[in-house]
Amino acid sequence: MSAEAATIRTNGHEPSYLEYKGKHSGFLGWILSTDHKRIGILYLISLSFFFLVGVIFGFLMRLELISPGRTIMDAQTYNSIFTLHGVIMIFLFVIPGIPAVFGNFVLPILIGAKDVAFPRINLMSWYMYVIGGLLAVVSILLPGGPADTGWTFYIPYSVRTNTNVMLALFAAFTLGFSSILTGLNFVTTVHRLKAPGMGWFKLPLSIWSIYSTAWVQVLATPIIGITLLLVVFERWLGIGVFDPALGGDPVLFQHLFWIYSHPAVYIMILPAMGVVSEIIPVFSRRTIFGYKFIAFSSVAIALLGSLVWAHHMFTVGMSDTGQFIFSLLTMLVAIPSAIKVFNWVATLYKGSIELSTSLLFILAFIFLFTIGGLTGIMQGILTVDIQVHDTSFIVAHFHYVMFGGTGFGFFAALHYWFPKMFGRMYHKKLANTYFWLLFIGFNVLYFPMFIMGWLGMPRRYYDYLPEFHSYHFISTIGSWILVLGLLLMIYNMYHSVRKGKVVTEKNIWGGETLEWQIETPPTHENFSEIPVIETDPYQYKMNEETLDKKEVR
Amino acid sequence: MSSTEHIATAHVHRDDVGSRMGMWLFLFTEILLFGGMFFLYSVYRFQFAHEFHVAAKELNTIIGAFNTAILLTSSLTMVLAIIAIQRKQKTLSIVMQIITIGLALFFLVNKYFEWTAKIHHGIYPGSEELLSKDSGEILFYGLYYMMTGLHGLHVVVGMVLIGIMTRLTARNSITHDSYVRLENAGLYWHLVDIIWIFLFPLFYLIT
Repeated sequence: MSAEAATIRTNGHEPSYLEYKGKHSGFLGWILSTDHKRIGILYLISLSFFFLVGVIFGFLMRLELISPGRTIMDAQTYNSIFTLHGVIMIFLFVIPGIPAVFGNFVLPILIGAKDVAFPRINLMSWYMYVIGGLLAVVSILLPGGPADTGWTFYIPYSVRTNTNVMLALFAAFTLGFSSILTGLNFVTTVHRLKAPGMGWFKLPLSIWSIYSTAWVQVLATPIIGITLLLVVFERWLGIGVFDPALGGDPVLFQHLFWIYSHPAVYIMILPAMGVVSEIIPVFSRRTIFGYKFIAFSSVAIALLGSLVWAHHMFTVGMSDTGQFIFSLLTMLVAIPSAIKVFNWVATLYKGSIELSTSLLFILAFIFLFTIGGLTGIMQGILTVDIQVHDTSFIVAHFHYVMFGGTGFGFFAALHYWFPKMFGRMYHKKLANTYFWLLFIGFNVLYFPMFIMGWLGMPRRYYDYLPEFHSYHFISTIGSWILVLGLLLMIYNMYHSVRKGKVVTEKNIWGGETLEWQIETPPTHENFSEIPVIETDPYQYKMNEETLDKKEVR
Repeated sequence: MSSTEHIATAHVHRDDVGSRMGMWLFLFTEILLFGGMFFLYSVYRFQFAHEFHVAAKELNTIIGAFNTAILLTSSLTMVLAIIAIQRKQKTLSIVMQIITIGLALFFLVNKYFEWTAKIHHGIYPGSEELLSKDSGEILFYGLYYMMTGLHGLHVVVGMVLIGIMTRLTARNSITHDSYVRLENAGLYWHLVDIIWIFLFPLFYLIT
């Protein structure tokens, strides 16, 4: 591959990565491929599968809650379903989400490289992902029944319950390993494989986000690994480290769990913020406002976000000093997040905006993320947190950030890079239709949860008092609208991959980053010649000058 | 122009600095993995200082010290194996790698006798003997088995890894100008060693 491929200098007639034939062809050519683009697609397919499973569980959960008392399932099934919804959505969709699919696909291209630093490890991490996912699915089917602990596996219940917690724990452990390997790969890739001339401040902003994320993946994930392993051994042998019956301290479990799981929410949101910074300049035809501020705010979020975990535990009885520090740090995270939001809005200001589907999703991201972020600060305030702790207010906040933020960011990225990935175009009108369905359905589904949470509706409850009925009812209606939107999106994607209008144009959106300067779809090696970078990643100076002239007139 | 491209491609496919960097990142994650347990250890030792002190008396310091010496020596032979390959002494390098694996095996054999003796005396997680003791001692032995066990697993992984390197050296895949894989296996082995350096005083020397 190395010597011959390097001498091929002709361009335009090389097969795309979709048609490329290496050592293997057909199905094997995909599942044994170390090409970062193919691995990205593999992730996209497997991720979509698990996402659908998670959506089904969420849908059933909402259906059960449409009226008080038993509706379609018993309480035990309900407990298992919210656990699986959480485990699958968090460990199999949002955490790997954007880095594994779009990070894999575009990261090497955006820095001008032919592949990631360790292509074989990259493939291995996909296999670990699939194995972890299958373990989670198998745990549903085996006797004993699926885990019913909630995705947080809180001790002592996770040691006492007779359901298949072990398999779920192993699944999460394996997925953590996969995440570590991806992070390790991306950190090394960004350090070692930047094209000549591409300094740190010439990196596209999504690279800054994915790079910061990768560090959190590497540094935080091992902690959850050992914690879950300890729970496995606690169940199996009774080593006592967390079990209060043997002298262990369950609160220590919570600390160790959140030392990872809080940074994990930044693993989830940072890449989506990168996508936002990538898409806004393109569709407003303006150079991004405050490049360095956005870049460093990613690093700041990664750093600060690693130091706030105990704000999940304000009710366990921590010292006042501890609570004060964690509350303060939590509010500090809002600063870099707000810097990003202001810079995005400033970029849009006076731009010549093209309201594409991707930009619609991005605007929804900014709107929903702002609501999610601000309610997050509310929970950082100690007194408020005692009131809303473990209520559906938390659920609403979390979904506004994770689904409204990361989920919508994921959809934006999908609609932005889809033509580059498959060389085909999706149905744009349909895309705009389901965008509105998703946006409206989302708000109808989750906004009532803020209100009823504030009024005292606990999270994870199977049954509720009659006064919450109308909120639950509205929320369930919202879930139907949302699911309809998702189905239309999946149809659009599935149909367009096979029958969409063929795109061969290199730069369909008028983007300035490197992926828009190579073939559509990219060739196996991305670049026939490694580019030399001389300019900043976002160059819309000409356009801005015209806009300024208009302003003067 | 075409010759520089060859070099560029070769650079992508073989990047020693990159490989080493990846290995160091991986070692970070290993340290954090054990860090979680060291964190638990420090909290419980603070909470149950006396019980930890009593429980540690049961451990055999001599075997522990012996094992420490074995692992330190194995780190030395590992370094010698790398130096040998740098100096093109292939056979010597292979011998040194095999000695390293041998020492690792020796360590595990000692560990085996140590564990079986404890288990024979009824001290293992969940045993009636242990459950009748104070919770501080239960925690001490819970952590002891967990941490030395996980460390032992790392020793086994290290042995397999070095075994693969020995084979690669024998097949001339690892040579004097391409030995980064052996170096990485060495780094891993030193990590296994250094974790033991911390485990030894924390469990054996706090009496």
